Amino acid sequence: MAETVLSIEHVAVHFGGLVAISDMNFHVNKGEIVSLIGPNGAGKTTAFNVMTGFLTPTKGAVKYCGADLKGKKPHEIADLGLIRTFQRTSVFPNDTVYDNVLIGLHRQGKLRLAEAILGLPRARASEKAQRARAAELVRWIGLEARANDLAGSLSYGEQRLVGVALALAAQPKMLLMDEPVSGMNASETHTFVQLIRKIRDSGVTILLVEHDMPMVMSVSDRIVVLNYGRIIAEGPPDDIRRNPAVIEAYLGQSAKDVVKEVAVHA
Amino acid sequence: MKQIVTLLCLAFFVSVPMWLTDPYLLNALITTGIFIIGAMSLNLLLGFTGQLSLGHIAFFGIGAYVSALTSLGFDVPIHGDFHIVHVPWPPIVGFFLAIVISGFCGYLVGRLSFSVRGAYFVIVTISFAEVVRLVALNWVELTQGPLALTNIPSITIGLPGLGYLVLKTKFHNYYLVLAVAAISYFLISRLVHSHYGRAMRGLMENETLAVAVGINVTKTLTLAAVISAGIAGAAGSLYAHYIRIIDPDVFAFISTVTMVIMVVSGGKGSLAGPVVGGVIFGLLPVFLRPIMPPEAQWITYGVVLIVILFVMPRGIVPSLAAKLGLARAGGTRRASIAVSERTVEEHA
Repeated sequence: MAETVLSIEHVAVHFGGLVAISDMNFHVNKGEIVSLIGPNGAGKTTAFNVMTGFLTPTKGAVKYCGADLKGKKPHEIADLGLIRTFQRTSVFPNDTVYDNVLIGLHRQGKLRLAEAILGLPRARASEKAQRARAAELVRWIGLEARANDLAGSLSYGEQRLVGVALALAAQPKMLLMDEPVSGMNASETHTFVQLIRKIRDSGVTILLVEHDMPMVMSVSDRIVVLNYGRIIAEGPPDDIRRNPAVIEAYLGQSAKDVVKEVAVHA
Repeated sequence: MKQIVTLLCLAFFVSVPMWLTDPYLLNALITTGIFIIGAMSLNLLLGFTGQLSLGHIAFFGIGAYVSALTSLGFDVPIHGDFHIVHVPWPPIVGFFLAIVISGFCGYLVGRLSFSVRGAYFVIVTISFAEVVRLVALNWVELTQGPLALTNIPSITIGLPGLGYLVLKTKFHNYYLVLAVAAISYFLISRLVHSHYGRAMRGLMENETLAVAVGINVTKTLTLAAVISAGIAGAAGSLYAHYIRIIDPDVFAFISTVTMVIMVVSGGKGSLAGPVVGGVIFGLLPVFLRPIMPPEAQWITYGVVLIVILFVMPRGIVPSLAAKLGLARAGGTRRASIAVSERTVEEHA
């Protein structure tokens, strides 16, 4: 069996009396692309916030590479190589694309304060290496033409790419992406899917939250379906596509009958 | 380009006492210089981390008192016959102690308030300054309260082989202040251009994202607060040894406001901003005094401030830099404004 990178063990999240996630239990293996899908309000973003330490689960545990993440702060979790991207606020808007990536490289540039202020040789070398790495990442993501533009002035799709470059700069072992292609057109989405595969091939495990079903179906190795805070289905894309519980969750009870009828007639 | 401008400015400031003989103006320049150092330290917090410290004068005042008391000595009864007695130490030791103790106070305030931040930080800093002022006012055995600490000795520098140099004249003090200001400028510049500075900028712009790439919020902000408070403490120490008398009025809220005005008008988040804003608002009262009555002076002061902020809302330095097309000043220009300005230029 493949090595498990992330496992969510019986996680529940309650906001007062509201149950956002009732019992979530799944895992992601090394090198996989797994998608977490579900209708609006199903608890997907909440799940992300729990995994990355922005929220503490009411019950259950999140384990990353075998270690319990309980009580760890978001930046400590990021330090372990579990990096996330955001749905909306994905960039530092008042900095250039290049500087955005430089900020993302924070984890690599750790120096002592005195070294940084006095500009000792080690600090210079580290600064140089970071600048080279930033330039390389900007090129890799395909934004070199916009490297010196303010990230806030970029198109939505480009900002998404900057968000990914930023996340990659933080050297993820595992990347959590929150609706990375929402708002992108078909061709942008297509390019993005190739990018996701490229990231996976470079050795990064990926967990996606996404609404774009064709994209999810084409890119995922495995899909986990969440509805009303619980997992209703899990499996490869082809199984999910035909799963009656999933169709019901997305389209409602009557739609399930329609789909059944269509299946019968087919 | 930017470095050449910086060096030219420095050369100009170095040359000033050689041609400026009026002691009154030189005095104004020295006190303004001391406040510019304070404003630079405030800019590190306000301009590079986005945290407004409205009690910044507390660190300045603590520096002043620590330095003064170190060089004057004290004898404070604690309980019954138990006294804490401190024999006077050289003022230069007081200067460094002022930096360390102010920095430590910055650490405490940062630790206490940065776990919540925002408006909370503003309130904590105001309260802190007020508490420190009340201590200075009421702990008469230590601080002489409203009677003030007097006869504070001037800073003395030991020159190897040449004996001692007492920095007593305005000429000496001008260069002392200039040296400390230049070192502070250099230090802040190095800090904000290092990965520490990038972490601060990241936190200011998008804290959630910054945290997600592994930036430790509390640590980064506390670091900025410590360095900022330390530099303010250094400024306070210079003030105490130059003016040679301090009372609890050094903690006046209006002094913090002056520093905020210097930073905001000059351009927060730009290194040269507090210097430019400081020179303008530090020397403006000096130039207005001979030409108009006191009431009119303050009205003019206010009008100048309003006009500057109206014409150049981001502050003088960033606005001029954008107009002259200089390299990005400090990296804090607002995206929307920068974009709209660029469009205007293209249309023109």
